[in-house]
Amino acid sequence: MRPRHPRDPFWMMLPTGALLAVFFFYPLVFAAYTSLFRWDLLTEPEFVGLSNYRVLLASGELGHAFLTTLSFSLVVVLGSMSLGLGLALALNRPGKFPAFVRGAIFSAYVVSWVSVALLWLWVLDPSAGVATNAVRALGGPSIDWLGDPDIALYTLALVTIWKIAGYSMVLFTAGLQDVPRSLIEAAALDGASSLQRFRNVTWPLLRPTTAFVATTSLILSFQVFDVVRVMTQGGPVRSTTVFVYAIYEQVFMNLRVGRASAEVVVFFVLLLGLTLLQLATWRGKPKARA
Amino acid sequence: MNQGRRWGLDLVLLATALCWILPYVWMTLTSFKTLPEIVRDPSAPLPENLDFSAYRAVALTMPLARYFFNTTIMALCIALLQIVVALPAGFALAKLDFRGRALAFGLVVATLLIPAQVRFVPVFSTLAELGLINTMTALVLPFGVSAFGTFLIRQALQSLPDSIIEAARMDGAKEWYIVYRLLPPILKPTLVSFFLFSFVYHWNDYFWPLVMTTDDQVRTLPLGIALLREQGTGVRWHIVMAGNVLLSLPALAVFAVAQKHLIRAVARG
Repeated sequence: MRPRHPRDPFWMMLPTGALLAVFFFYPLVFAAYTSLFRWDLLTEPEFVGLSNYRVLLASGELGHAFLTTLSFSLVVVLGSMSLGLGLALALNRPGKFPAFVRGAIFSAYVVSWVSVALLWLWVLDPSAGVATNAVRALGGPSIDWLGDPDIALYTLALVTIWKIAGYSMVLFTAGLQDVPRSLIEAAALDGASSLQRFRNVTWPLLRPTTAFVATTSLILSFQVFDVVRVMTQGGPVRSTTVFVYAIYEQVFMNLRVGRASAEVVVFFVLLLGLTLLQLATWRGKPKARA
Repeated sequence: MNQGRRWGLDLVLLATALCWILPYVWMTLTSFKTLPEIVRDPSAPLPENLDFSAYRAVALTMPLARYFFNTTIMALCIALLQIVVALPAGFALAKLDFRGRALAFGLVVATLLIPAQVRFVPVFSTLAELGLINTMTALVLPFGVSAFGTFLIRQALQSLPDSIIEAARMDGAKEWYIVYRLLPPILKPTLVSFFLFSFVYHWNDYFWPLVMTTDDQVRTLPLGIALLREQGTGVRWHIVMAGNVLLSLPALAVFAVAQKHLIRAVARG
């Protein structure tokens, strides 16, 4: 439609535009600028060129944060998506029971990260947690879920999968509703087994949903912070120091805003790169629901 | 599917649902225990008595009412501000022809790649210089634009016939009247879903209040509850879980009442 006045769209976009500029795009530019300084928030910033980046690379902090976050994200994205898809398929029928199971699983997505983290801290407590005791009672080893540097990151990934599986389940459920029943029935009449029907009919039609879930889950899991802060504080021996936690430490424990800004810049570039990569991988048909 | 396989599948699904439900049950049961009970047998399923001392302990260690109030006001302000800002933008992006519309929409969507975890360092240092740390402004204003909300409203308006807006214009309605008076009742399902989603999301938020506040006057409930654990010596689990019940109950209550709305908000994304 034509605007009534040529200026109307401008005024209507103004609040959005102003807030975007002040709280999204300016911070990005400001972070890039600040990353060239040594700054502790108290004294005058001192220009140091690219030395923040050099130090972060040389000390291995960047590489470590990247690999830690990436391993975490891969486990979370693959785990929560397969679980979500499996549940969506298994629960794709009307009735009270499927609705109840869906509700139970999705509830974890609605509860805060702090709640979930505290809950699992107690369940996984090395001396008194029910999960630890259950494993021991079944004759298993005494697992130090969060104290063992080889395991802690994957424990956090498991907790995160528990929290967000409901998200991909809901999206896959919506995606499945767009798959025409007639198509599946036709395939069944032609003698296709349920596995063949899934592979050749459902899965290709779910592609836009899968792309969307994969991209958003990746962005979400890359930003992991709350579970780390509450459950492990980056430890043991920095095995769970993911990107955002490393940035947080630089600002609030080391008071190195310049170095933190350099990490912010790298983090943003990685997020952008991974998202574009993933969109390129999944780009098939345009998203039908958009 | 034959009857036997159907039962088998349902059994697996029931077990799966229990994996999600039992931790909440365990949290609630623990919150009614006392310290000696937990020390004696941490895995005992039921508390000996319905003991509320853990809840009293939570109330004594922190200004609970203050935190509840702060959290609710903050989440309410954010959700309302997002709707007020997104309505005209969604309308312009869905219905009005103007130069740069695709670009404007692209910029809004691009903010999904600039999450709070990217913005907090520069926003924190800027707000610190302006003396705005520990204020509601620092908690609310940075979330005034929601790409998700703008997207949902735009999408809902795209399926609205132009004739409704044209008719309102013929009747002499100003554009602002159309945006804030005519559209909200039409968009009610979308706005309710988005409001609930945003409210719960920010009510639960831990990261932003953590970095933007140091003062009890503006701190929020998730921060206070998370602190229970940090202060603890490790075995006061009944107190931590009592706090956790207080933190998760409101979100679960909203979920129980408005499950459909929340699921729709997520599924539309």
